[in-house]
Amino acid sequence: MRWLWLIPVLPFLGAFLNGVVLRDRLGKKGVWMVACGSVLAALLVSVLAISGYLGSEQYSAHEPFEQSVYEWIPAGSMGLDDGSFADVSVEMGFLLDPLSCVMLFVVTFVGFWIHWFSVGYMDHEPGFQRYFTYLNLFMGMMLMLVLGNNYLVTFVGWEGVGLCSYLLIGFYFDEEFPPYAGRKAFIVNRVGDLAFLAGMFALVAHFGTLNYEKLFGTIEAEPALVQGDYVLGMTLATFVTLALFIGATGKSAQIPLHVWLPDAMAGPTPVSALIHAATMVTAGVYIVVRSNVLYQLAHGTSELVAIIGALTAIFAATIGLAQTDIKKVLAYSTVSQLGYMFLACGVGAYTAAIFHLMTHAFFKGLMFLGSGSVIHAMSGEQDMRKMGGLKEHLPWTYRTFVAGTLAIAGAPLLAGFFSKDQILAATWADHKLLWVVGLVTAGLTACYMFRLLFMTFHGPFRGSEEQHHHLHESPPSMTIPLIVLAVGAVFSGYVGIPKLGSIDINVFDHFVGQVVAHVGHGEHHASLGIELFLMALSVVVAFAGWWLARKYYGGDRGLAEGERWAAKFPTVHRWLFNKYYVDEAYDATAVRGTWACARGLFRFDSKFIDGVLVNGSRHLTVGISLLSGFFDKYFVDGLVNLVGVVSQSGSRFFRRLQTGLVSQYALVLLIGMAMLVWFYVVVGLRR
Amino acid sequence: MFDWIHNIPILSVVTYLPLVGALLILFMNKESGGSIRRFATLVAFVDFLISLPLWFEFERTGELFQFRESASWIPSIGVRYEFGIDGISLLLVLLTTLLGVISFLSSWSAIGEREKEYYIFMLLLQTGMLGVFMAMDFFLFYVFWEVMLVPMYFLIGIWGGPRKLYAAIKFFLYTLVGSVVMLLGVLALYFYNSSGLLGFEGLGNPRTFAILQFHEISALIPPSMQWWIFLAFFVGFAIKVPMFPFHTWLPDAHVEAPTAGSVILAGVLLKMGTYGFVRFSLPILPEGTRALLPWMVALSLIGIIYGALVAMAQKDMKKLVAYSSVSHLGFVMLGIFALNSAGLNGGILQMINHGLSTGALFLLVGVIYERRHTRMIADYGGLSSKMPLFATVFLIITMASIGLPTLNGFVGEFTILVGAFSRTWWWALVGAIGIVLGAAYMLWMFQRVFFGPLDNPDNEDLEDLNKRELLYLMPLVILCFWIGLYPKPFFAILEKPVDYIVRRVDADYAANVDVAAVTAPAEVSE
Repeated sequence: MRWLWLIPVLPFLGAFLNGVVLRDRLGKKGVWMVACGSVLAALLVSVLAISGYLGSEQYSAHEPFEQSVYEWIPAGSMGLDDGSFADVSVEMGFLLDPLSCVMLFVVTFVGFWIHWFSVGYMDHEPGFQRYFTYLNLFMGMMLMLVLGNNYLVTFVGWEGVGLCSYLLIGFYFDEEFPPYAGRKAFIVNRVGDLAFLAGMFALVAHFGTLNYEKLFGTIEAEPALVQGDYVLGMTLATFVTLALFIGATGKSAQIPLHVWLPDAMAGPTPVSALIHAATMVTAGVYIVVRSNVLYQLAHGTSELVAIIGALTAIFAATIGLAQTDIKKVLAYSTVSQLGYMFLACGVGAYTAAIFHLMTHAFFKGLMFLGSGSVIHAMSGEQDMRKMGGLKEHLPWTYRTFVAGTLAIAGAPLLAGFFSKDQILAATWADHKLLWVVGLVTAGLTACYMFRLLFMTFHGPFRGSEEQHHHLHESPPSMTIPLIVLAVGAVFSGYVGIPKLGSIDINVFDHFVGQVVAHVGHGEHHASLGIELFLMALSVVVAFAGWWLARKYYGGDRGLAEGERWAAKFPTVHRWLFNKYYVDEAYDATAVRGTWACARGLFRFDSKFIDGVLVNGSRHLTVGISLLSGFFDKYFVDGLVNLVGVVSQSGSRFFRRLQTGLVSQYALVLLIGMAMLVWFYVVVGLRR
Repeated sequence: MFDWIHNIPILSVVTYLPLVGALLILFMNKESGGSIRRFATLVAFVDFLISLPLWFEFERTGELFQFRESASWIPSIGVRYEFGIDGISLLLVLLTTLLGVISFLSSWSAIGEREKEYYIFMLLLQTGMLGVFMAMDFFLFYVFWEVMLVPMYFLIGIWGGPRKLYAAIKFFLYTLVGSVVMLLGVLALYFYNSSGLLGFEGLGNPRTFAILQFHEISALIPPSMQWWIFLAFFVGFAIKVPMFPFHTWLPDAHVEAPTAGSVILAGVLLKMGTYGFVRFSLPILPEGTRALLPWMVALSLIGIIYGALVAMAQKDMKKLVAYSSVSHLGFVMLGIFALNSAGLNGGILQMINHGLSTGALFLLVGVIYERRHTRMIADYGGLSSKMPLFATVFLIITMASIGLPTLNGFVGEFTILVGAFSRTWWWALVGAIGIVLGAAYMLWMFQRVFFGPLDNPDNEDLEDLNKRELLYLMPLVILCFWIGLYPKPFFAILEKPVDYIVRRVDADYAANVDVAAVTAPAEVSE
């Protein structure tokens, strides 16, 4: 346990070695040995840490193990909401409790096998070393996310995995689409992160800390602290949970921020398996479960979480029915399954959510890798319409894929059966309408998954002659991970066998249940009879899904049946195929709107602020100075000149008088005298 | 280990060493460009080395202002030569000397003509900037503040791009207007402290420009007067920051300036505005600050969003980075005007962060500009395959700039927004929108330059970073990680000065938080 901090550091070290120190000095072999070795080491340390924790006194006392590494951001003091002042400081620290144990194991275990798979899959790609650098970096960030002992360390991982996702989606950077998809993922995620930040700010401003144990301990002891009126008519609990949930919808691709995930399939397929199925996208579920104290105290948000989850589940499942790209189907399936997990969180079944998260990591990771194996065999082809009949050529891929499909479809006694059943049972007890949605989704899931299986592995081969020629089973380096994950997909459900009457061997529930607080809104439990009935019902529904898929896509007739089916409902098919036009709607509003804003403001900036105000004042100054120049030249100087002109012209006039003729002077004198006399006589007489 | 710096007027040495270097270059043969640039870089480097011990010898819990120097200068009007640094100045001084060396190194290949004059102006600029951050006498401050304009004017006007004259004159006039108005504010304080002005009876103190004396009398200045002086300071500082809507000189100056000029401009010059707010407006005019707070915050928030949106519409890389500065400095201002420790800590740290990451961005743009002589984003594409190392460094700096955790920008932005949130919750939320937009415009630029097919034949032969370029970029990258991962030493340095400022502007804080009482230190006697 003392080495807890080492777990995220090891993959970082791998990334640092491959990316900075050694760069091109290692051959391919050296690169993958460093990369896989560091993750294997992290896996081993994790297992040691988990077993150490399970044997420790803290565990027996139901306490987490916390490790503070150093003080990270001593932000300084500030006034809290209650008027007091607190020194806000965030530490770099890690936490091991049942929840992080499960996450830690899933991430390192699945992560390691996907690393292994990548060695074979990426063998022929340029950028081998870059790929493994990113992948290791991702592992380190993901481990920060699940191990952080406060929201901010989790947020480091949260943003870090976003960065790695960006880099890995855009791995084939010399093409047009992947970099675009990567950027889209990053920015859509950032919208969610904005909300996540807001949630953290509210917690800091109220409690002065972001530490999980301190926060949740305080709140559990005194729930009223977060239930007073906060802002906009919300309580603090509602504000924070809503903010975190919006963050979660970004990371976990829920409505309305789900749009990035299907495009994220532009990255290499093992990346889709690791990041976009098994680990990163479940971070949203993790954060909701981690904050379950707050969610239990925010009934409204919980209900919203359930509704969004259920809606996303059915929405994505219907889209999955109509897609033809094998990875797109799996991507929508992931969105849909994540919806299930949120549905579970919303109805208070937090352990069921984590349980499904775990089983999903196995079977979805498996199926993504399986699709990778298929794509590898098909020389890069992803369109299922060009596949078919691959089971002969790829026997191990086929077998493991069947295991995964059965598991996700909810075939009895496989992993997905137990986890999905728990979610549906909890939903039944809480909200009947949402239960119906969940049940229908289960049927749809079976349908699109078997459709995928049939289109890919059954029927006649529909690809080109050359592709047919190249078909081959993947090398053992790729099939071994498939088999390992298939074992997980089949058996991992047994840790969570639901409680049937007095027989309670649900180890998982008891283990993870320790992190679920018991304040306010909790999980409802259905009775034994109902539970069995629900189980049977979901099996029936799954069977119906399989039957539909088999009817239209099974058989040896190729795609004709399926196309005829689609042609019966052209409008529906068009909407499903085009994913309900959500991307188009965003493009028309948010994207274009921002663009128009940006361009408009730039025009405003250069035309008005710089043009009219700044340069205007320049022109004004120049104008005024011109005017002043004019004024100076023609008025002030004009006055000066006027004096000269007046005196000159005056003197010219008066010069005329100076004729020098005495007779003239005498005449003027005479006239003057006559006028004076006249004046005095006339004026004087009048008086 | 560095005891010796206490025995010499270390601040003056750091400030005037570049000036001495410039004087020596005057005597060098202008034909020998190589030795001039080596000598100038050496001077900058030595200056950096000499400034470095300040970091170690500065006592975090000691006097507020340390390494003080004091001498009589113009006694008839009470002007003194006063130098001293607190934690805030210390960080900015180190940033200045570091970016100094880096920008000198980057100029080696960028400047090919009239090298002698170029390096003389660059060295003069260093002296001017360092003096601004150290001066503790308002008159002295103003002298440095103005002195620094002149070399910058020539740097843009001589070694700039196609519209260099327009940009240089615009820069000069715009900032000059601001500083003259600021001077009016200074004079108002000066006369109010001594003989009185405009019908206000003065306090009758001896005439002085000592900044700490103005701090002392802050409570005695009537609110209406504080309001006016704040406004005068605002014009001076806001233009420098630059705050919306006084920002339009910045894109022009940045685009036209040579690379090193842009680095210094973004890295250090803009910080003078924010430094002015922190050093003068807040502690001297607490009433004025509070009265105009809503306006300040509104302009900061507009700056954040507006700068980011306008940056998005840019086609020229340098212009994009320039507008991103408007956005980032908006964050700094938001933090400062949160008026609590978290906000100020974050704001000041973000000043440093912006200097590092935006400085680095300008250097990086300069690197490809030197190779291709174009800054248009559309001329590039797919550079990752030709310049992998360059792409990696660019990516790291981009991430630092958009605030990815573990890099410096995040620590600053987070602290700022926490501070803002606790003051008024929605300020932080509006500000945080800038983070989303920041990711959008930076990543979009990155994608257009580095990703996609390499389809412009002119880019076929681009060479990756050479050793010299790596040498000057690495320190910035390392610092970005350092501040991102372990910012504690920086916060420790800021703790005391920030506490001092918050105490002056927030009476509530002063009454409730009981740290070792911090008061303005006494004047140093002659």
